[in-house]
Amino acid sequence: MDPIYKNITSNKRWTYLFFSFYAIIICVIGYLIGMYYNSPIMGLVFSLIIFVLILLGSYYGGQSVITSMSGGNKISKEDEPYLYNTVEALSIAAGVPMPKLYMISTDVPNAFASGRDPKNASITVTTGLVEKLDRLELEGVIAHEMAHIRNYDILIATVAVVLAGTFVFLGYMARYSVYGGALRGGNRNGSAGLIFLILFIVLVILAPLFAQLLKFAISRKREFLADATGADLTGYPEGLASALEKISTMQKSKSKISNMALNGIYIINPAIGDNSGSRFFSTHPPTEERIKRLREMEFIDSKSNITPLNNDKTVYKVGATPDNEKVAENGYLVCEKCGGFYKLQPDESPDDFEQCQCGGKLEFRDKI
Amino acid sequence: MDASYIILGILILIVAYLVYSYNHLIVMRNMVDTSYSNIDTLLQKRFELVPNLVSTVKGYMNHERELLEAVTRARSDWMNASTIQENAGADNVAAKALKSIFAVAENYPDLKANKNFLMLQEELVGIENKIAYARQRYNRTVLDLNNAIQKFPTNIVAHYFKFQTKEFFEVESGKVREVPQVKIYEGED
Repeated sequence: MDPIYKNITSNKRWTYLFFSFYAIIICVIGYLIGMYYNSPIMGLVFSLIIFVLILLGSYYGGQSVITSMSGGNKISKEDEPYLYNTVEALSIAAGVPMPKLYMISTDVPNAFASGRDPKNASITVTTGLVEKLDRLELEGVIAHEMAHIRNYDILIATVAVVLAGTFVFLGYMARYSVYGGALRGGNRNGSAGLIFLILFIVLVILAPLFAQLLKFAISRKREFLADATGADLTGYPEGLASALEKISTMQKSKSKISNMALNGIYIINPAIGDNSGSRFFSTHPPTEERIKRLREMEFIDSKSNITPLNNDKTVYKVGATPDNEKVAENGYLVCEKCGGFYKLQPDESPDDFEQCQCGGKLEFRDKI
Repeated sequence: MDASYIILGILILIVAYLVYSYNHLIVMRNMVDTSYSNIDTLLQKRFELVPNLVSTVKGYMNHERELLEAVTRARSDWMNASTIQENAGADNVAAKALKSIFAVAENYPDLKANKNFLMLQEELVGIENKIAYARQRYNRTVLDLNNAIQKFPTNIVAHYFKFQTKEFFEVESGKVREVPQVKIYEGED
């Protein structure tokens, strides 16, 4: 199976897992509250109804919650023709419908995608991103976000953000009700107080746990994959690499876009500007590692997944100098297993390559 | 009794597989058609803007008559094209001519200050970019379809229902998406 489709399936599985976990927690809380009122079953039913409501709410409304939380304004083609054209070009490349566009006015460059499927997706960028990146870099960033949309990363991210948000909110509620109870002099009996104490502890522990799960969900692997898919879409990995370099150095401490719940979905975590994030808790792989991987991709033909066995870059650079302009028609290597192909450069011969990345045998052809 | 159930089971599996691969082939062929019509829509849009551009630029560029004529000619060639190759040929000519017009425009400060021209330039450069991506998309969908048609075992289904492989768009790959090269010469002294 195509790795992209495999990834889509695993994302959908992750989402189900999230839902089930969330359902169980909600039911436990409902049961506990029900016990307080002497009818655990009613509490259970009630909490299930609430669960379904939140679930539907986050599925259909999550995107607008996130975009309004981020403070972005909707953008039309007339407002930003350059940005709009770039996004439209990459939606064509990825074969997905044109997403909605939002813009946050801040000079800190950053971007994220949200939504529930490619038909209901949006991309949010900051004004700084458009101003500080050149066209190829901007294309790289938009392609990365387009990859998130096509891989359904946005669904899991959107739901995760809303669930984490709900739990943070519930945690606050529990905290206040316990404090409130204590302040009122505690006219409840012992067991009710105990139940609230349990609720309080559960929620206070769960809120950060969910924030943690959110970070796993938007995992490092997914970021690498979006980088690779994005670079594949533009056929120019260096664009994204230098964009990441620029963006990561331009995040500011306490910037407008830095927000606990949203940081994980940006292309570069805005919190790195605060200089406090430890590597263990980070949602994204280290930027240097991402850039390194992108730069290593540079010598792969945009349509191929065959890497030269010889990794000495200088050998492969020779043919690229303008005064060495031989005809590039040297034929192709086609993989028998995965069907990928690689166009031979003027100074390369079929003998330089042993096998395809997938392990398949390579066949030499004049034309394809 | 038992054996007939097994045979029945195998038959059902085979039919299910046939239905699945047939539908998959249809989906891929439709994707190729969609991506092809995407290119066409974009080309249409670009050539619709050509008369607009010519009339905007005419007043400023007296010495560049040939360029303007080349674009106009490419437009009519494109409208009369009947094959994919002819279509691509006219389109390449137009792309080159447009590129030169924008390059030459650098020498005309008045033109560079014209708001209408700047808008057209952004739009045309944007369309050019989209065309490149639409072609890449087309080639990828064609690759997927051709692979399925030629690879075992889908090739049996494809052969039976007479699915045909499609031709690729010949693009000077790499050149289209190349970064403009800026040479920096270091001083002798």
